[in-house]
Amino acid sequence: MVLGIISLILLYYLKQPMGLITVSAEWKRIFNGGMVAAAAIIGIAAVKIPLISGLATILSFVLAAIIVVVTLKNPELHHRKGMIYAWLPIMAVNVLGESIELINKSFYTKWENYFEVAELFAFIWAIAMWINNSKQRKALEQEKLKALAREKEFKITESLKNQLERQVEQRTKELTEQKNELENTLSELRAAQNQLIHAEKMASLGELTAGIAHEIQNPLNFVNNFSDVSTELLTELKEELQAGKTEDAMEILEDVIQNLNKIHHHGKRADSIVKGMLQHSRSNTGQKEPTDINALADEYLRLSYHGLRARDKSFTADFKLNLDPEAGILQVVPGDLGRVFLNLINNAFYAADEKKKELNAKGEKDFMPTVTVNTKKISTGVEIQISDNGKGIPAEIKEKIFQPFFTTKPTGKGTGLGLSMSYDIVTKGHGGEIEVDSKPGEYTVFTIKLPKS
Amino acid sequence: MKSKILIVDDEKDVEMLFRQKFRKEIKSGSLELCFAFSGDEALTVLDSEHPPQVVYVFSDINMPGMSGLELLEKIKNRFPQINVSMISAYGDSQNYEKAMNSGAKEFFTKPIDFDSLKKEIGALMSEKN
Repeated sequence: MVLGIISLILLYYLKQPMGLITVSAEWKRIFNGGMVAAAAIIGIAAVKIPLISGLATILSFVLAAIIVVVTLKNPELHHRKGMIYAWLPIMAVNVLGESIELINKSFYTKWENYFEVAELFAFIWAIAMWINNSKQRKALEQEKLKALAREKEFKITESLKNQLERQVEQRTKELTEQKNELENTLSELRAAQNQLIHAEKMASLGELTAGIAHEIQNPLNFVNNFSDVSTELLTELKEELQAGKTEDAMEILEDVIQNLNKIHHHGKRADSIVKGMLQHSRSNTGQKEPTDINALADEYLRLSYHGLRARDKSFTADFKLNLDPEAGILQVVPGDLGRVFLNLINNAFYAADEKKKELNAKGEKDFMPTVTVNTKKISTGVEIQISDNGKGIPAEIKEKIFQPFFTTKPTGKGTGLGLSMSYDIVTKGHGGEIEVDSKPGEYTVFTIKLPKS
Repeated sequence: MKSKILIVDDEKDVEMLFRQKFRKEIKSGSLELCFAFSGDEALTVLDSEHPPQVVYVFSDINMPGMSGLELLEKIKNRFPQINVSMISAYGDSQNYEKAMNSGAKEFFTKPIDFDSLKKEIGALMSEKN
């Protein structure tokens, strides 16, 4: 009878969730069945019909045993193991007591006190176990809750992480697009820059053409003139020889030899001008080669002067060349450096001519625009100075003159690339320096220092 | 009678060329040539004699410093009796008109046609004689 009640209690608890652990619906059904069986056994045992109630008592043992075995054997019910262990002594004492009572009632009655004491101990055990279990259960539940909280936190972190990853991915995509766009723009700009540089070269070639034509025409005239006069001289020589005048003949011969040297000299002169022109128009950056800096400065000063002279009939100016014979040979790109010279000399003539125009407008006619080109050997290499007595550069724009597209010339007169290209050629192309000194209204001096290679 | 002619050009080889071209005339003593390589030098030459012996100046136009046209004006101002003719590589009408308006006698273009130059000088010499 007591075991029936215990079974009922056990089944009831087995059915209930323990903390967060619940049992499946199947188990609940089984436990409900067990509870009905236990109730029936209790009922039958309670009627106290001899034999039948004894049978019920035995059945209650079986039921209790089934509950104990099932609970201990099934992993799904392991959380209730503690409960079973708590109840086990009471159950055992009761089984023993009731069994003895069934078999030998008088023996039981005689020893009943002992059974009751055993039952009391078993009960105390059960209480102690229950307290202990519930403590453990609470701790377990606490742990479980903590774990849940951690899991929740983890989930939140995870979702944040995913969100961040998506954002990063998005940003990366945007940045990549921007980067590609910028790269495109950059390559377009590079192409535009190359075109501009080419245009600037072509423009300066255009400026040169008149000077080049003049510079080639002059030596060609000499070649023609000296060969003509040589023909005349040789005819005369023939006459002199026929007349037997050897002394005069020798004189004529000397002249002819001189003339042939002159023809050769002027032929070479034309040749070097054509070569220089080709170098100037070459669109890729040329090779460095040993170059006579003095000859290059001389050549481009003349080209600049005659170019300006040919294009503007009213243009008059003086130029001076002070060349240091020690300046010698440097490894440079002649076409590029020539472009620098041309640019600076053209600017110098322009500035000096502007000042002349301003003074003329005021009625002062005595001013002579003058451009001077100096070369000088210095310890680190060669220094080239291009100076003019023109209107100078105002202090506030001195910083800007090497910037691309900066020009003070009227629209259409300058690309604004000349000085910036010159700067690049001297500094990047040749590892040199270029600086400017100017006094507004008085002078401008550009100084280029080229290192020995 | 000897005619003295001044030739102004910044190309120094011009002297050799002229001396050879007028070799016979120089040898015979009918012609004397002198040379200047800039406008300033030409004026110095003319200033060195009083009155200048030079009767004819042939000047290039394109020279560094004083241009031939400026020289022409200066000579015509100070020595109106001296003939001045221009010799230029740039035979455009602008130069031509400016030269003629300033009193140039003739305008020769480079390359110099020595035959016409000789004719001009010959005419001068026969005029003098």
